[in-house]
Amino acid sequence: MIAKAAMAALSAAVLAITPASAVEKPKELVIGITTFLSGPASVFGVPGKNAADMLIADINAKGGILGVPVRAIVIDEGAGANQLMSEYRRVVLNEGAQVMLASVSSANCLALSPVAEDLEVPNILWDCSSPRIFEDNKYKYSVRTQAHTGAEMLAAALYLVKNKPNFKTIAGVNQDYAAGRDQWGLFLTALKALKPDVQVVAELFPKFGAPDYSTEISRLQALKPDVVVNTSWGGDLDTFVQQAAARGFMTQSTFVLPLGESSLERLGDAVPAGVIIGGRGDHYFLHPKHLKDAAFQDFVKRYHDKTGAYPIYPVFHMAQAMAALQDAYVKAAKDNNGQWPSKDQLLAAFQNLKFHGLTSDVTIRADHQGLEDQLIGTTIRVPQYPFAVLDNISIYPGALVTTPIGDKSAEWLSKIKPAMASDPSIETFAAAK
Amino acid sequence: MSLDIILLAMLDGLSYGAQVFLVAVGLSLIFGVLRIVNVAHGSFYAIGAYVAASLGIWIATAGWSPWLSYPAMLVAAILVGVIVGGLLEATLLRRIYGKEQVLQLLVTFAVFMILEDVQKVTWGVKPYFVNTPLSLLGTVNVLGINYSVYQLAVIPLVALCVLLGLRFILRYTRIGRIVTAVTEDREASMAMGVDSSRVYLFTFMAGAGLGQIEGAAVAALMIGLGRSIAVYLAPEFDVLMPYLIMFVVLLFKPQGLFSTLQTRKV
Amino acid sequence: MRFDLLFGAIAFCAVAGVPFFIPWATVMLTIALGVGLAVLGVVVLLRAGQISFGHGLYYAAGAYTVAFLVQARLGLDTLLLLPAGALVATVIAVAFGFFAVRYRDIFFAMINLAVSMVAFSLLEKLYSITGGGDGLNVARPTLAGLKLGRVSFEFWMFYTTLAIVVVVALVVGRYLASPLGKGLEAIKSNETRLEYLGVSSARILHIAYGVSACLAGLGGGVIAIVTGHVAPEFAYWVRSGEFVFIAILGGAGNVVGAFAGSIVYEIVRNYAAAFAADYWQTILGVSLIAIIMFAPQGLTQMRFGKKRGGA
Repeated sequence: MIAKAAMAALSAAVLAITPASAVEKPKELVIGITTFLSGPASVFGVPGKNAADMLIADINAKGGILGVPVRAIVIDEGAGANQLMSEYRRVVLNEGAQVMLASVSSANCLALSPVAEDLEVPNILWDCSSPRIFEDNKYKYSVRTQAHTGAEMLAAALYLVKNKPNFKTIAGVNQDYAAGRDQWGLFLTALKALKPDVQVVAELFPKFGAPDYSTEISRLQALKPDVVVNTSWGGDLDTFVQQAAARGFMTQSTFVLPLGESSLERLGDAVPAGVIIGGRGDHYFLHPKHLKDAAFQDFVKRYHDKTGAYPIYPVFHMAQAMAALQDAYVKAAKDNNGQWPSKDQLLAAFQNLKFHGLTSDVTIRADHQGLEDQLIGTTIRVPQYPFAVLDNISIYPGALVTTPIGDKSAEWLSKIKPAMASDPSIETFAAAK
Repeated sequence: MSLDIILLAMLDGLSYGAQVFLVAVGLSLIFGVLRIVNVAHGSFYAIGAYVAASLGIWIATAGWSPWLSYPAMLVAAILVGVIVGGLLEATLLRRIYGKEQVLQLLVTFAVFMILEDVQKVTWGVKPYFVNTPLSLLGTVNVLGINYSVYQLAVIPLVALCVLLGLRFILRYTRIGRIVTAVTEDREASMAMGVDSSRVYLFTFMAGAGLGQIEGAAVAALMIGLGRSIAVYLAPEFDVLMPYLIMFVVLLFKPQGLFSTLQTRKV
Repeated sequence: MRFDLLFGAIAFCAVAGVPFFIPWATVMLTIALGVGLAVLGVVVLLRAGQISFGHGLYYAAGAYTVAFLVQARLGLDTLLLLPAGALVATVIAVAFGFFAVRYRDIFFAMINLAVSMVAFSLLEKLYSITGGGDGLNVARPTLAGLKLGRVSFEFWMFYTTLAIVVVVALVVGRYLASPLGKGLEAIKSNETRLEYLGVSSARILHIAYGVSACLAGLGGGVIAIVTGHVAPEFAYWVRSGEFVFIAILGGAGNVVGAFAGSIVYEIVRNYAAAFAADYWQTILGVSLIAIIMFAPQGLTQMRFGKKRGGA
């Protein structure tokens, strides 16, 4: 009896706070963005937020989405997964966010996707990379507007075997956390499929956030591997490269840094020529295919003027998420006779949506995974920039390197054929002069 | 496992151990004299690093001689010791010496939280780099491995100087003897007219008892060697190593490595 | 004792009404109560003047036990998962307690810290079992045999947790008033005298250690179910530090204080993180120092003046 009364009261209370009707055009479109404002991953989170600020201002300057202005509420991922989940709920239930953009960290995406499902809120995975999200689960409310680790690591492995066919030994240095282990595992699976005779001489997992890598560097120098892969990022990658460079190690082996694009400008002189660098997608401020696009040029310039740095991959990922959001609303409204779409209509619009961020077009598949091109290049030094830039850039189409629907990345990567490295759909470019 | 590997692991271990010692000796001295476990010690370390990096960058942009970056590091250490350490002792810790040990520990925990924000607000979240001290001295080749001179010689030498310097100060100078006396018997030394508050301030600024110094040195070496041997032979244990060593030490020498028997008060 | 009961009853009524008046705060309060259980574990040890900087270990043990059992798809009910989490935490604590209770003060704090950090590293390392840093998702289990939707699960999980809290608070209050609990106070004031009386302080502390880990495990289990996610940071030393912080905030050694403290903490943390992202740690740090300096009896005792707390 009491239970029933309680439930009734509760339902009434919940109804009272739910927006009256989802289909009525709102006064503003509130979106929640989870990103790192503190902790080591803020090297990605802060640029992502800066990009969001600029892009939202641009959208609103043009009258908003379907005439509705956009307002963002930013949540810090740095406070830990449980705190983040509470905040995420608060922003959806209290602040009335209609769409959420989560997250930089894969761990946080894995944690938040079920929450989005529970709260029934459309959730754009704007930057996280774990392939497990859509391979181990089906989510109605989450879509990813960018690639996953499988595609990124495969592209790096393809580039390595194509451009350095004669290497025999390899060593891996990866941050000791889930994503670092995923990255190295998938890279190695792909590499062994492409080059079965490769010999792994060391697999090091230094502590996340370690301030000193001298022991690891000594160990690697003693092993003399032909190739060293380091999937770290941010301060960890910067510290490793600085310490390796000071000991002349960067030129002794071929280095592969799949997330290196985000550190190039900060690292300045420490990165010599000949290092293989990836951009988590086709993200590079000197993208050979889009360098001449007016919108690309304009954005890169404005971003540099505003922040004093060139845009790095999270900036491009944010642009993709915003573009997808905008295009999905427009598409959904079109299917709804020009009326403001319902939640379900919006989600339907994300299916097979092809949109253009700042670089190449991205398509969202039926499993909600984005097909994003991958850009890998080799560093050279040029007089125009006080840091290394990329030469001999290869662009791998998303459709080629992304695990097919229904397959799991680890299994699929173990079955790829060496011929993939010379697939005709791969485009190669010299450095922009 | 060849002899080469053992030698290399020892060199790396020595260098890393020296770094750990430089941090640990301060913690040890504070604990020895003040009986406070300074949870915020890691923040002192971080702020010291930030100040040194900022000074280094400042020197580089001002176009001064890169050799100035070495004295700049010393200046950074003194600045942090006097300003952060001194201020903290004078304004906060001085008020809690009478409280339970547990509460003292918590106060430093609170300071740790506050200093985290101070760092973030002051230096932002981008990594800072100054590699001039590292690259200026070049490298030295040992058994086919390039080591930076800074890592292999400078850090261990600085650590040795700190060790010997502290021993000298504590044994042969007036303030040092007073600190030693306070560590041995606080009440007796106060009865003899020692101004304990000045001693505490000194200790906190120096970031620093006696007996504990050798303990810190040996423990740091153990951690350094344990970790480098792990990297060479069993990389999976690298992260676990310091905690395992700490656990084992506490298990067998619960009062610390170089402890003396304490009497129980009834 | 009567003061605390009265205060507890008023607090209970206030908290119990929340889902009706501020429905969005239901989950936040359930989390606060779950954390409060772990804090109560720390409070038990504080009675003996001992702090553990490693209770995150037991909190994580409870949470991961729940997560593993849910992932094993045994279809276990919330009302079975929670005791299972508490049991695993208690077993670990009783085993490790043989070593831990030999230490006092800083060394007690530190050996707990060392062990919890080993556990933290293992949770990160054993990626294939524990999910590493990604942690594990915990699918919503049934509650008292019922499969509930989000809103009703949140509603009833709150009252389930509240009921657990009330029972636990009464039982722990009894325990602390019993000779075993009084023994803890004797350890704090003068352990040697206690031993001269022929009482084994190691045994008293060992029991308290088990009780306190049981509470932490129970709390961890509640959090795992309510948030649907467990992560290695549950065992991280800063998390253990938070428990101690909240215990001091609520009034060291006070049962009601543990929960009052964690509710205040959770609210401050939520709002501080939302509205002062750069300063929320400073806000917490400054309030901790202020309480230690000016209100060492904690929040709950402030309004009753100088009265010594006793549950």
